[in-house]
Amino acid sequence: MLRPDAQLQEENWSRLMAAAQRGDARAYDDLLKSVVPFIRALLRRRIKSPPLLEDVTQDVLLSVHRVRHTYNPARPFTPWLAAIVARRGVDALRRGGRISRLETQDEDAAATFADSEANNVLGSHDAERELEELLAQLPDAQRQALQLLKVRELSLAEASKVTGLSIGALKVSVHRAIKSLRAKVERDAASR
Amino acid sequence: MTDRTQQLIADLVTQLTPVRPLRAPLARAATWLAVIAVLAALVVMYPTRVLHRSTYTLTDVELWSMLATAVLGVIAAFHLSVPESSRRWAWAPIAPLIVWVLSSGHSCYRIWHAGVPATNLPAESPECFRFIVIVSVPLAAFLLWMLRRARPLAPLPVAFTAGIGVAAASAFLLQFFHPFDVTFMDLAAHLAAVGVVTGLVAASGHKALG
Repeated sequence: MLRPDAQLQEENWSRLMAAAQRGDARAYDDLLKSVVPFIRALLRRRIKSPPLLEDVTQDVLLSVHRVRHTYNPARPFTPWLAAIVARRGVDALRRGGRISRLETQDEDAAATFADSEANNVLGSHDAERELEELLAQLPDAQRQALQLLKVRELSLAEASKVTGLSIGALKVSVHRAIKSLRAKVERDAASR
Repeated sequence: MTDRTQQLIADLVTQLTPVRPLRAPLARAATWLAVIAVLAALVVMYPTRVLHRSTYTLTDVELWSMLATAVLGVIAAFHLSVPESSRRWAWAPIAPLIVWVLSSGHSCYRIWHAGVPATNLPAESPECFRFIVIVSVPLAAFLLWMLRRARPLAPLPVAFTAGIGVAAASAFLLQFFHPFDVTFMDLAAHLAAVGVVTGLVAASGHKALG
């Protein structure tokens, strides 16, 4: 038996998801925003690293989008979502296990470069902000392709499923995005 | 919520299109089984395909366990294709599969022990093997096509149970077309074909559903 507030939340999510299945973008936006804390809370039981937690939360959101037609509006929403979270959490831990088996410990990994100029660029928070600003200037398709393939490191096939674009179109988008970013960075450097 | 997550949500909302909710796994499995049953019934009723068995037929245990493996394999595949179903469904076809393999093995032993001379055995085992493999192709294609709609999050258990279901369904259908007495070699060929089909469907299905 759910608590009254949990019951209300459950009914609200079910209603929003059913509306999203009918194509209601506003309901979908409300739903995705309101489930993020729930997804994080479930994942936090298994994943301690904040960056990984964020990545897996995004994986869950992508999976929800991909399999949204498998939700049966006559049934509760929370178990359906929890099953996706569990699946993606296990996948992330397995992926992490595989990576740690392949990686070797580098004692000097935390050391920065002797060149102070390099430290200024690589160690600076400004660089991250600059990159986000540059990404924001790209057309939607190029930005999304770059984020999925280079930032989130999805495979071409996975990114193709998420975006609905062909693998060829994704490759072209990434190529154009990198070319465009490179030109912007060079222009900015020249103007300084 | 980080900027990247907010941006992702905005992207997903922009890409939203209406979708039709998938029917319940059991209903979808019933559709597949019904279509296959109707097609099989039509082919079996074709007069020149009537069986001519005389001395040995499969036992009830073999037939029913084979049919149960097919039905439970297909139902399990449909259940596993959606996020919410228990992953324990992957075990559903295993019990009847074990009964089937054991009862087939027992039958092999009985035939061998009866001392049927090898020269009297029709050399039709390759036909059995070929039948199961060839019939499995359209059955698997139809099943994977239906399963693909669910876009399973974990394709391997779906493909594996689908493979077991298809192989068992083909082996069951073979019983209606076996134009000779079942022999030791036939049963061995059945089991080999079932293994091959399960492996092939699991491998190709994993790729197709992934």
